[in-house]
Formats: sequence, C-alpha cells, structure tokens
Amino acid sequence: MNAVAQGHERVITLADAIREGITESFAKDDSTFLFAQGVSDPSSMWGTLKGIGNKFGEDRVIEMPIAENGAVGIAIGAAIAGQRPIISFHRVEFALLAFEQIVNNAAKSSYISNGQHKVPLVIRMVIGRGWGQGPEHSQSLEPLFAYFPGLKVVMPAFAADAKGMLIAAIEDDNPVIFIEHRFLHYSTGHVPEGYYKNALDGPRIVREGKDVTIVATSHGVLEAMRAADVLHKIGCSAEVIDMRVLRPLNVAPIVASVSKTGRLITVDTGFVRFGLGAEIVASVMTEVFDALKAAPVRLGLPDHPTPSSRGLIPGFYPDSQRIVREAGKILALDQVKVDSALKELDIQRKDLQIDQPDPFFKGPF
Amino acid sequence: MNTVAAPRKSLSAVGSPDPKRQIDLYRQMLRIRLIEEAIADHYAEGEMRCPVHLSIGQEAIAVGACAALETSDKVYSTHRCHAHYLAKGGDLKRMMAEICGKAAGCVGGRGGSMHLMDIPKGVMASIPIVSSSIPVAVGSALADKRMRNGKVTVAFFGDASVEEGVFHESANFASLHKLPVIFLCENNLYSVYTRIDERQPNRPLTELAKAHGMHAAHGDGNDLDECHRLSVQAVERARNDQGPTLLVLDTYRWREHCGPAFDNHIGYRAESEFKDWEQRDPIRRYRERIGAALDATMESTMSADIMAEIEDARAFARATPLPDPGQATRHVYA
Repeated sequence: MNAVAQGHERVITLADAIREGITESFAKDDSTFLFAQGVSDPSSMWGTLKGIGNKFGEDRVIEMPIAENGAVGIAIGAAIAGQRPIISFHRVEFALLAFEQIVNNAAKSSYISNGQHKVPLVIRMVIGRGWGQGPEHSQSLEPLFAYFPGLKVVMPAFAADAKGMLIAAIEDDNPVIFIEHRFLHYSTGHVPEGYYKNALDGPRIVREGKDVTIVATSHGVLEAMRAADVLHKIGCSAEVIDMRVLRPLNVAPIVASVSKTGRLITVDTGFVRFGLGAEIVASVMTEVFDALKAAPVRLGLPDHPTPSSRGLIPGFYPDSQRIVREAGKILALDQVKVDSALKELDIQRKDLQIDQPDPFFKGPF
Repeated sequence: MNTVAAPRKSLSAVGSPDPKRQIDLYRQMLRIRLIEEAIADHYAEGEMRCPVHLSIGQEAIAVGACAALETSDKVYSTHRCHAHYLAKGGDLKRMMAEICGKAAGCVGGRGGSMHLMDIPKGVMASIPIVSSSIPVAVGSALADKRMRNGKVTVAFFGDASVEEGVFHESANFASLHKLPVIFLCENNLYSVYTRIDERQPNRPLTELAKAHGMHAAHGDGNDLDECHRLSVQAVERARNDQGPTLLVLDTYRWREHCGPAFDNHIGYRAESEFKDWEQRDPIRRYRERIGAALDATMESTMSADIMAEIEDARAFARATPLPDPGQATRHVYA
C-alpha cells in the first residue's frame, strides 16, 4: 500500500501511529503545539495523546477550555501568526460548535487575504460508532467539512497512512480536517519509524481488480477489502480504492478504475443522501458515462439519526455483506455463489455484537 | 487574587500629549472623518458596490487606541473597520480601491469594505461576523506570547459582541493564559437598530471582565485623550505580562448601521439623542482642546492636504482596473 511501509515488520495500532505522527512533528518543529480537552485524561484520546505533555512540556500541550469555537478561532489566529497548532475533538459533534470559525475563518483566510494569510492548522475529529454512542456521539459528518473550498479533508484507513498523512497535514500550509474513525484506532499495521510524509493527494488503489470498483472511506475501506476477499473466492475481481482525501477531490483514479471495470460501488461512513457517494457518483458519471455497465450503487447510512440500542442498529451500517450483495446484483453473479460468500462472512463474524469493533479488522493491514 | 503588580511607571498620570502630538492625533481623526464623508457623498454614484459601515462619530477610539501601539503590534477589526484600518496606518489608496472592487485593493477585490487588511501595518484582518475576529486576535496573542516577541494585539468590537458566546470563550482563555491582548469594546449603544437595553441587562460592561478575572477600564470613547490614556495603560499591562484588559469606550454611530445616510427619521432612535451625541463630537471637542496651538493657516492647510489626498485616492480607485475574472479561483489554498 505504501512504499515506505513495505518490508517493515513493526506492527502498531493506528492510535499509536497518530501519536507518533504528533511526536515526530513536535520534535522537528517548535512551532507545533496541541490543543485538546482532557489532555491529562488517562485515556488520552484512544492513546493518541499519551505522554506527549510529559515529553514536550505544558506549553506544547494546551488544555482546551470547553469552548470549541473559541479554541478553533484561537488556533486560527496562532496559525496566521506563524504557529502550527493541532486541535483534537473527541467527537465530531463538538466540532459543530466551532463550525463558524472553521467555515468563515479557517477555510477563507487565504482566499480573502488574496494569499497574504496562511492557516497551517490541523483539526482532528473522531467519527464512528459503537457501544451505544447514539445520535449525538457517533455521527460521520465529513461531507459538511468537505463542502467548503479552502479546507482539506482527509480520512486515513491504515495506520502507516494515518501517521504519514498526519505529518503531511501538520506541514501543510492549509487547514486540514483530519478525520479518524474510532473503530480504526484499534486496528494495526506495519508503520515505519521516524518522520515521513504521505501526500494528501487523493485516492489510492489498495486492491487491484477488473470487474467492479469499490470506492470507500476510512473504516469502509476495511469492509470493502473484506468483501473483495470473499468476492475473489467466487470469481469476482473487485478493485478497492481508499479515498484518503475528500477535499481537494481527485476523482481521476476513480474515473480510470471505472473506465476499466464499468461498475461502481461507493461505501462511506456518512449518510447516503447528500453524501460523499453522491459527489463521487456524479463526478464519475459526468466523465465516463459510456463506460458504465450498470447503475452505480451508493452505500452509506439510512435517512435517520443513529439510535443507541443495538436492537435498532442492525442494517444501519454498510458492511462487507451488503457490499457483496450489491456487487452480486450489478454483476449478475450466480446467487448460490453469492450466498456462499455471504455465509463465509457470517462465519467470520461469529456472534460478534454490532456495537463492538470487529476483531477481524484488528489487522495488521 | 488581586496580586497584580503596580505598573513600573504610571502612565495614567501622564496628562495630554504635547501640542505637536495633539495636532497629529487631531489630524488623524479629521482625516478619517473626511474620508468617510467622501465615501458617503459619492456612494450613490455606484462605484463602491459593496456594503459600507461608517465609523463617523467613533473616530477617537480608533485613533486613541492605535496611537498607543507600535506598527509591529496587531489589530483585528470587524465590519466597521475603516477607522481602525486608517488609524493603524492602512494604505488609503488600497482601501478605496478595495471598496471599488479593484485589483489594486488591499485584498484584490475579494472582501470589499468589510474585509480591510494591511498586514505590514498590523491590520491583520477585518471579519464581519459579530465576535468572529475576537478569538483570532486572542490566538495572535497566544502565538506572540509563545514567541516572546513583545507584540500586543487589539481586538476591536462593538457592544453586541459581548452577547456572543465566543467573546466569553476568548476572554476566559486570554485571562487564564495572561495573553497580551486588549478586548476593545466600542459601545455605540446599538446593534444594527436594536438598543443595548433591549439586549442586555443593566450592568456595566466592565463587570463582564471581572467574571473572567480580567482587568477592565471604562471611559469616554469620544474623548481622544481618554481613549489614548486608557489604551496606553492596557498596552503596558499586556507588554508587562500582566494579561488582557477589557476596555469599554462609550461612543455613538452618527449614520445608519450600513450605508451612507443618516437614519434618525426611521424611528429606532430619537433625533434628540443623536443631537446630544453630536454635541460630543470627538473631533470638535479635540479641536477646542488644542486651541490656538493650531492656527487658522495650519488648519486650512491640513484640511486641504487631506482633501487632496482623498481626491487622489478616489481617482486612483476609479482609474485602476477591476481584477481579471480568472483571479477568482486563486488562493483557495495557500
């Protein structure tokens, strides 16, 4: 997946990879500093902030009052003045309180100033699901941020990429919304040591195939990879694309893939309606309508808030089984074979509860 | 917890500036007044095709505060930014070009009247969403404190800004970290057309600073010397690591909230109230204070020079070209 990572044996979690990305940047550049609520919280934001204050001192790790819009505005002002702040929100919903500063000042300062101001700011936001977090603690709101020119929006799926993209985001002279799915913090991967950057340049093909293109974000990439594995066993070759970067949107690799496969499935962590899938499908169809052999499929969340109870969420999240079913439909695969693939996924899941991270996704990836 | 050390020297004891300095400060106020009157007089011609929020009547605060700052110090302003921009040394030609939407405008025609900035002069940004510039100014002060460069940042805002949550978020943080920032509230009594007593309980605005453990001062915003004296004290506190100050200066907007006209006839305020404040015109009051130190010849030369500069800037703004449409896609990203 990543040239730097290949041949590397060390396996760490994505949360640790993020912490390394921060500590490597801190060691390299004195202008970096961190704002977060609860920096002394022992859970240290899934471990991503663990020990950073002790190592670098309090003036590099600033406890953020419960004042999100103020904190983001303060970070913007510091960034304009030449610092490189990182802000962490434990839940994306808290970032909504800072929407005004993000939209009016972070996204627009370069533009309004006619290029005189830069806002080198990283805003980490945790999205995702699990343990009954419910309607206001587990949303996936990345399209809200991807709507605005001037912001960069990135969503790593793999540990090595998360570290490399975070370092690239910190070095970037633009505001970068860095979105982490909470289930992914537990996933592992081969992660290089030291300081390295992975470019914020767009999608990557993470599995080659010729029959169908599956474009996914974040945790959805792991579901797509899992689906591609069982599809392969029934003779269907799926190409899996990890979106990585929502804005600036680079559809070229997706267009090239769909030109080859003729079929497109999008899997994203947010709502289907007005979501990322809509943007990708529209962009691809506009460019390669004639290459399509079937209508594109968008997978995402249904049109209602996230309920807390595990009794209410079966079917809520798009998973590998749904991807396999949709691939079966648009490829007109033999139903017996599709059923066997679905059965294998059933067996893999065992009796896993829907509100817990799937150990299958622990990796290493 | 009132353990704040006494200032090294009491600038509050310093009286009015010397006559030469007074004349200079008077000239700055007069220049801002005449520039904005020229904007008002020519607005109907349709060359200035953006909203304008004039500061006429409020000039003493901008001039008094900016006179307490070095060029390297920074200010953040609001939609009503002309006076702050000019008092801090912002370029007049580039301001007029910006209001006319021209490529030579201070932000290339991207912002218009509400987004003036002149970074080399320390006018970092003008942000027209109420209170939106306040945390950004605090962040500027945080960066300066981290870099130990001794700079001070002033956030100018109006009385409605203290109704926004982000004012309190910013004040809390600035006070907690003793940041070198001045919260400068120009209380002109109205938020658009709504009087302050319909929006806020009857208590001194300076009490808000106490709630945040912040130093505060209150003064007559139409008295240049008072504005200057209080600003000097606040700047000194900020530079001496004694933390932020909320400076509340009372003043009055003479013309409509947005636009060139007077609006006392539309019913939201009484003509008599306007007349009372007009009697307290900061420019006329200061002229009287200076007295004979400014003789008639000097005064007429001063006015003539300012008018010539304004005509020059207006001619420049008219003649200089609009931006190329292709420029619209630039600088979305740094």
